[in-house]
Amino acid sequence: MADRAQPVSATSGNIVAAGVAAIIFGALLAVALRAETGRGLGASDWAALRFTILQAGLSALFSVALAIPVARALARRRFAGRRVLIAVLGAPFILPVIVAVLGLIMVFGRAGWLSQILGLAGLPPVQVYGLHGVVLAHVFFNLPLATRLILQGWQEIPGERFRLAAQLGADGWAMFRLIEWPMLRRVVPSILAVIFAICLTSFAVALTLGGGPRATTIELAIYQAFRFDFDLGRAAMLSAVQLGLTVIAGALALWLARGDGFGTGLDRVVRRWDGQAAMPRLLDGAVIALAAGFLLLPLLAMTLSGLPTLLSLPQQVFSAALTSVLVASISTVLLLAMALPMAAAIARGRGGMLELAGILGLAASPLVIGTGLFILIRPWSNPLAWALPVTALVNAITVLPFALRVLVPRARDVVARQGRLAVSLDMQGWPFLRHVLMPRLKAQIGFAAGLAAALSMGDLGVITLFADPDVATLPLQIYRLMGAYQMDSAAGAALLLLVLSFGAFWLLDRGGRAHAEA
Amino acid sequence: MLKLEDCIIRNGTFGLSAHLSVPARSRVAVIGPSGAGKSTLIEAIAGFLSVETGRITWNGTDITDIHPGARPLAMLFQDDNLFPHLSVAQNVGLGIHPNLRLTASERETVDGAIERVGLAGLGNRKPSELSGGQRSRAALARVLVQRCDLLLLDEPFAALGPALRAEMLDLVADLCDETGATLLMISHAPEDARRIADQAILVAEGQAQEPQDTAALLDNPPKVLREYLG
Repeated sequence: MADRAQPVSATSGNIVAAGVAAIIFGALLAVALRAETGRGLGASDWAALRFTILQAGLSALFSVALAIPVARALARRRFAGRRVLIAVLGAPFILPVIVAVLGLIMVFGRAGWLSQILGLAGLPPVQVYGLHGVVLAHVFFNLPLATRLILQGWQEIPGERFRLAAQLGADGWAMFRLIEWPMLRRVVPSILAVIFAICLTSFAVALTLGGGPRATTIELAIYQAFRFDFDLGRAAMLSAVQLGLTVIAGALALWLARGDGFGTGLDRVVRRWDGQAAMPRLLDGAVIALAAGFLLLPLLAMTLSGLPTLLSLPQQVFSAALTSVLVASISTVLLLAMALPMAAAIARGRGGMLELAGILGLAASPLVIGTGLFILIRPWSNPLAWALPVTALVNAITVLPFALRVLVPRARDVVARQGRLAVSLDMQGWPFLRHVLMPRLKAQIGFAAGLAAALSMGDLGVITLFADPDVATLPLQIYRLMGAYQMDSAAGAALLLLVLSFGAFWLLDRGGRAHAEA
Repeated sequence: MLKLEDCIIRNGTFGLSAHLSVPARSRVAVIGPSGAGKSTLIEAIAGFLSVETGRITWNGTDITDIHPGARPLAMLFQDDNLFPHLSVAQNVGLGIHPNLRLTASERETVDGAIERVGLAGLGNRKPSELSGGQRSRAALARVLVQRCDLLLLDEPFAALGPALRAEMLDLVADLCDETGATLLMISHAPEDARRIADQAILVAEGQAQEPQDTAALLDNPPKVLREYLG
């Protein structure tokens, strides 16, 4: 008999974890066996590798460099709407990439707002495609993330230290060197590494804003080898390169981020005595306004040009929307079916291997898993027929690491606090899950389900590998409209996608919280 | 009769030896210095800690390796005796069926127990809407429907004030009389032990001793207990 009787068994969690690991490793093995390493990397592959690293490096650098003044301004100012703004900084996580890209094109593109303003001054229009467009979109997504992470560093500085510095008369530069610089030196490297790793695997941005021999990432090269040349050997080899890259960058990020928590309590304001003069206040205000504008204007532009066409959208858009809702629903159910047993098993205490299986989804990019699944399915069935189930499955696996981060701490708490009582009442297995664990986890389940639904709804990844011309999810349909230069219809469809993604998140998250009880 | 035969119970690096028997329908206090192993003893009887050597029997049946939920006993912990998201009636109902599927007559039993402990009409309340004393009563209502032969208390009333604690102990004594249950309760307060337990097990120096007369033990305590009682 075990020393500590537990109300949940680890069996189902172990089975799920083994299943997830089998899918991921199966896909990777298929990739490895199919890869034609004999050919080596061609000139264009080397160019893709260089471009991937270059854009990820620049994206990380710009995101963090710009985030530092924004986080500093947010850390030392109190103003109406501060809470909302900080909450909005979390939104890009579930914002569909294609929506943001469309908005960026409408502000920074050839015919965009910026070019029009430049035109008034007699200047030539700007271009958004290529390296700077890819970096711009990555900064759009990662500036908020970097800001939140750095802001957390600022919030963790004890208020007493600011008081002491104020008492010593430190202001501005002195304050920065004394307190803020040491904090930044501690947190910035890991944030750089995290954003670098994220940008390495970004596919949809490169697909829409990159391309051509000078702006192709490895992921994009995989897609092209697939779609245009149908060269599975080359796609598999590139997948192996991408996998190596992600694992190295991921390991680096994990190593640098040892012991860092997740962003909580960001709306606390630490009392500050520095920077109260007119000049720094003005500067902070300008920084915050610029950052908010950079994040909100593209969405505004997209909304403004999408709104008029919303009701006259082509029929394919609506059927694609229906497909997306279906895929997102299946993906959400799959995610919960995987995450709940795993969280319950991890909550028992000895979950080292389980947690590892949980973060495997981060190591292999969705496109790489997709490539592997394509190779696995092909000998016995037409992969194109599997487009939607595979998309739903890969989306669920991608969200699994985040869902576990949301579910596990609370599940641990419930098992620790109420496990003994449940065991003494002979509540085990299903009765415990049904009457104790799931009711106590409602808010977290709602949040995780919301993430799964929103991310799956907006995903433009695996589906591009598998879809034939008759099948499309909404993001893919928008991409096709953009390719056909129907920008207004694309904007309308993007608006619909935005509403669906955020609506799904809001509904599930709220549904969970509304019924959750202390 | 509850019997612990040559038991050695290990809790981390700490080991407790116990060789004792508790007669049926008796009320026994477990007393001793802090950290002496009172909770270790109770948790081993409840099945949360395994016994390294020796065996535990209830009325001659070996229960040493039985799962905690399947032992013929009910236990109240120091805290968290109710599920905060379930109503009082649901919490009590768990004592009958862990999956909460109750027949009409079982529901009546639940209502009767709630009434018996003085919570009539509060069955739909959540624990957070009850006072500390009411929460203790709700937990006791569940013990009542569990119909167990043996009741283990790991100081569930420690957070209550003296008057309320005495009230709860009297209720426990009454319930044990009504159901014929045997009571084993950890106590830090000598007056609690005197109040309802005529016998007491002294746990000290790595050993749990045979029950002895509570009054005699407390009136003339051995050295380890004297230092603890002060």
